[in-house]
Amino acid sequence: MPGKLKVKIVAGRHLPVMDRASDLTDAFVEVKFGNTTFKTDVYLKSLNPQWNSEWFKFEVDDEDLQDEPLQITVLDHDTYSANDAIGKVYIDIDPLLYSEAATVISGWFPIYDTIHGIRGEINVVVKVDLFNDLNRFRQSSCGVKFFCTTSIPKCYRAVVIHGFVEELVVNEDPEYQWIDRIRTPRASNEARQRLISLMSGTGSGSAGKEGGPLKALLRQQTQSALEQRGGSPHRFCRRREFPFLTLTAFPPGLLVHVGGVVSARSVKLLDRIHNPAFVGIMGNTRSYKLLDWNSFNSDEPETRDAWWAEIRQEIKSHAKALGCHAVVGYSESTSICEEVCILSASGTAAVLNPRFLQEGTVEGSLEQRIEENLPVGCGFCHIPYDELNMPFPAHLTYCYNCRKQKVPDVLFTTIDLPTDAVVVGKGCLIQARLCRLKKKAQAEANATAISNLLPFMEYEVHTQLMNKLKLKGMNALFGLRIQITVGENMLMGLASATGVYLAALPTPGGIQIAGKTPNDGSYEQHISHMQKKINDTIAKNKELYEINPPEVSEEIIGSPIPEPRQRSRLLRSQSESSDEVTELDLSHGKKDAFVLEIDDADAMEDVHSLLTDVPPPSGFYSCNTEIMPGINNWTSEIQMFTSVRVVRLSSLNLTNQALNKNFNGLCENLLKSLYFKLRSMTPCCLCHVNFTVSLPEDELIQVTVTAVAITFDKNQALQTTKAHAEKSLQRASADNEEMLQFPLELCSDSLPSHAFPAAKEHLESASSNSGTPAAQRATSVDYSSFADRCSSWIELIKLKAQTIRRGSIKTTVTVEKASPMGDGNFRNRSAPPCASSTVGVVKMTPLSFIPGAKITKYLGIINMFFIRETTSLREEGGVSGFLHAFIAEVFAMVRAHVAALGGNAVVSYIMKQCVFMENPSKNQAQCLINVSGDAVVFVRESDLEVMSAQQPAVNCQPSCTGEVTT
Amino acid sequence: MTSELDIFVGNTTLIDEDVYRLWLDGYSVNDAVALRVRSGILEQTGATAGVLQSDTMDHYRTFHMLERLLHAPPKLLHQLIFQIPPSRQALLIERYYTFDEAFVREVLGKKLSKGTKKDLDDISTKTGITLKSCRRQFDNFKRVFKVVEEMRGSLVDNIQQHFLLSDRLARDYAAIVFFANNRFETGKKKLQYLSFGDFAFCAELMIQNWTLGAVDSQMDDMDVDLDKEFLQDLKELKVLVADKDLLDLHKSLVCTVLRGKLSVFSEMETNFKNLSRGLVNVAAKLTHNKDVRDLFVDLVEKFVEPCRSDHWPLSDVRLFLTQYSVSVHSLDGFRHQVLWDRYMGTLRGCLLRLYHD
Repeated sequence: MPGKLKVKIVAGRHLPVMDRASDLTDAFVEVKFGNTTFKTDVYLKSLNPQWNSEWFKFEVDDEDLQDEPLQITVLDHDTYSANDAIGKVYIDIDPLLYSEAATVISGWFPIYDTIHGIRGEINVVVKVDLFNDLNRFRQSSCGVKFFCTTSIPKCYRAVVIHGFVEELVVNEDPEYQWIDRIRTPRASNEARQRLISLMSGTGSGSAGKEGGPLKALLRQQTQSALEQRGGSPHRFCRRREFPFLTLTAFPPGLLVHVGGVVSARSVKLLDRIHNPAFVGIMGNTRSYKLLDWNSFNSDEPETRDAWWAEIRQEIKSHAKALGCHAVVGYSESTSICEEVCILSASGTAAVLNPRFLQEGTVEGSLEQRIEENLPVGCGFCHIPYDELNMPFPAHLTYCYNCRKQKVPDVLFTTIDLPTDAVVVGKGCLIQARLCRLKKKAQAEANATAISNLLPFMEYEVHTQLMNKLKLKGMNALFGLRIQITVGENMLMGLASATGVYLAALPTPGGIQIAGKTPNDGSYEQHISHMQKKINDTIAKNKELYEINPPEVSEEIIGSPIPEPRQRSRLLRSQSESSDEVTELDLSHGKKDAFVLEIDDADAMEDVHSLLTDVPPPSGFYSCNTEIMPGINNWTSEIQMFTSVRVVRLSSLNLTNQALNKNFNGLCENLLKSLYFKLRSMTPCCLCHVNFTVSLPEDELIQVTVTAVAITFDKNQALQTTKAHAEKSLQRASADNEEMLQFPLELCSDSLPSHAFPAAKEHLESASSNSGTPAAQRATSVDYSSFADRCSSWIELIKLKAQTIRRGSIKTTVTVEKASPMGDGNFRNRSAPPCASSTVGVVKMTPLSFIPGAKITKYLGIINMFFIRETTSLREEGGVSGFLHAFIAEVFAMVRAHVAALGGNAVVSYIMKQCVFMENPSKNQAQCLINVSGDAVVFVRESDLEVMSAQQPAVNCQPSCTGEVTT
Repeated sequence: MTSELDIFVGNTTLIDEDVYRLWLDGYSVNDAVALRVRSGILEQTGATAGVLQSDTMDHYRTFHMLERLLHAPPKLLHQLIFQIPPSRQALLIERYYTFDEAFVREVLGKKLSKGTKKDLDDISTKTGITLKSCRRQFDNFKRVFKVVEEMRGSLVDNIQQHFLLSDRLARDYAAIVFFANNRFETGKKKLQYLSFGDFAFCAELMIQNWTLGAVDSQMDDMDVDLDKEFLQDLKELKVLVADKDLLDLHKSLVCTVLRGKLSVFSEMETNFKNLSRGLVNVAAKLTHNKDVRDLFVDLVEKFVEPCRSDHWPLSDVRLFLTQYSVSVHSLDGFRHQVLWDRYMGTLRGCLLRLYHD
């Protein structure tokens, strides 16, 4: 469907001085879309030019509209020499393609230059006329809406879940093209930025784009979609066994049971181009595959697709073993070092309500299970697998909530805590951190070494997580994310999750320490001292997180008393084959009370590290999920931040132990710094704490943290949690009686309400998460965009970027374009900035919601790539000064784009890439950042009341009220 | 393990008021950390010295980046890079332009040129204010001076508009600019007892009454330069002391009214002619730039010091000056009443402010 893109260049301000003689600038603007370029007049001698141009019109196809960014270049006119570029603005016009999102993009955009950073601002107005706007069921992907959020956006309701959508685009990195040897760093940076953004557009648009000769970046996009089908309750049932969903939060009723975390990793060798193609499989362990794709042309998307397909197959089989037909909270990632690449995928095996799935599995057993009783608040904990045919020896007890179903003693998941879950006390961030040294090696040898190390890493990470969880006196992990990073001479593992105490699960046993040399008196004493310390810590933590589970009197309910827990021995020094170890991922749940046997220094170290984790200072809580379990009275103050640290390890001959200690210290210090910086916000909670570790060079560790601090009302918190706990108790007993009726209600309830509004407005929109071309660092020290660009042809594919589109949903648009609320808000919002002439505030948050406010409109996805380079590092304040300024600029550009769309916040914000390279001896540094999020309009709940009082009709969007949140 | 890079960037820029003050006071990161440790912050928050170091570095870096914008405060309001709530923006600006009393006394009335800047080292040693802080304050004076120097319209308004300062601070800057432009001498030893506030008060009166702006609001430099014509005319006042009859008449008028009302009446009576001569001669000399510069020295020498040595109470000085100005209206032979009022009205206010220990 063709359309007309209209662009008007209004004015510029704060331009840099380009003419030393006059201290002024003769600026003009080039507007480029596709192959068409327009120019404004030159505005002579001004740093605040007023071009006020005519409307530049581009007649284009909608595929181009989706794929191409609008490119605006500001230049300084020079009569005698070439015009100097001041900077550029790329505008993604995707949001203009949905009729219910933004209708115009208008505002001040920072003019960005890859060498100088932001250089003034330009005021631009962009509009799109789509020719057959009346047809809402567009056959093209024009109406498909992308979201960053991993829950169903608040204004929408999922009607049908389509499944996982993925798209992989491979492209050559322009930085490694031969032309890069002769062109300027700026041209090279811009080519990269442009290509990445183009690829991102291609991926989100149509799947069938062919890769041109310039392609070098690999990108993968996965998304699951929920689609709404008209009013009819009949659904197409295409059979597909395992839906992968990237959702982490679900509409009520969708999630039936959770099995546990499933994950798969595979080590691949990235290839050199132009070799004769053949495939050779070098080694194949059960979960860790080492494949030699050495001579295969792996830059073909098909090859990469095959890699991922294999991993997904692995995940599927794990999920099946857990009796689950779906994987939720699914994510994929890669870590690349030299030519070795670790592909990782993880998710949570789950049983979903097939009514939501277009291609639901209609196996009898599953159907049956779903028709079974689903007590609210504990149903998801119940095991989905057959007790007699368990995939691993787990320790089961009857649910402490309903007493009817079996539950495991510990539950690990990658999803957010379901809203109806009954939790005791508060949650907390739990991290497992691990380093392993690895010999430097090349190609296959390197890949083999890595695949041999991986199982041990996973095992250790899980042990650490389990120990820390028990130390906190909790029994479940949510939002688990395990990141394994590969470097030249080490592997790093970082697992983050939010620990909670689920009322449905049994109380966790303690940790016992046992010594190996029993006859040594002083040793015994030492052991008992440690034991005491651990017990004290557990008690302290229980108090800190308010974990005082209600004593469910077993006599009253009369359910079987759970058999006394066995203390299974976990021997540290046992050497296991990788095959056995992989099973541990799944079976860790069975370990109850832990016996830590101190038989070597390693184990000692572990116990010490357990105890060195300092709890956050009073008034602070932290979690890596969307919301903090146990806190629900957020106040409106939020502060999103990114913190980056790079440390250099001091000595060359490091031991594993020293390395672990360093890494642990780094993370702990980082957290301490955050608590200190945000001390003025207490009481507050750090939510969605997201750690990313990379190893940019030998001996360099980079840790990037993005999170949001949200204030809450302490007094209210106490009350509500109490009330909540009481309620849950009542509910638990009530459930027993209502058990038979309840599921029926649930089903009948969900169907009509979902089907009805669909009849009227079906703007199909699929949402997806945005992609990340990750310019994963290719070689360790390759400052290729610096002067010495002598990379050979072979290095063409050194930069492998990868994008994961996370999943999503097709939705019913519940807020129509004509929504008085949206418009009312728009008016409200735009008025103040004009009046005060200051910059309007744009909030940013990695969460899918804004506390104390209601999101009234989703304006579109923001997905931006920036490259910044400097050849005067010292002058810009060293590496810290350089990156600090760059990140601040990135935030500024995101805010400016959101404001131009008419929005006042970014939700589900994520910094997907932050690749930083430095070469201090040359006074140079380079950084690539990719961020994305959903631009939204929000209204404060307090304002909302005022508004609805003014216009009573406002808040009754028929479908809006029946939102997912209920 | 050494930290190569350590940054924290918030969507809303975090501003720590205490660290900002330390930065403005020109302390190095290490000194600032030491001062913060001494303030007991580690005990309060349970943080470590490393955390404090990293936090201080971060704030310093932020301030360093903000400094460029603070040089032109309206830019701070319109820039997009740092999201700072308006109240915080105001605080940043106000604090940045706030100066130390000790420092301003050293440079008040001096030419704000590079030559003076070399003296900053000495000022720093003398006042105990760090050189960095002296630089900032001096550069602030100079920057404000450069911007508003040749502008038309009210000086205070111009400063407020271009630097977004509070009313109080804008007035102070107006005084600094006015003094710098007219190069009034303030550093002499006999003027040391005067505070910046005293001078600022006089400056305000003079701007209101003695500049071009007082008669015509549409002139360039109207508030910065003294009204040349007015200064020329002041020569006409000389008749008050040159004409012996007029001087005697003036004295008798004043003495008649004040008899019995002043505790220092006899001293006043004997000194009247000297004081009057002093005040009128100051006026008559103002045609020369050099004498304009010495205005305050002259006022102190010719009026404040003689009165002080006779221990006049302030109330007596007020009575005397009022009567001294008013009585001139009864002098039939004197034709420059308006001129006299414009001169004496301001001078009376200034003298009363300058008259203290």
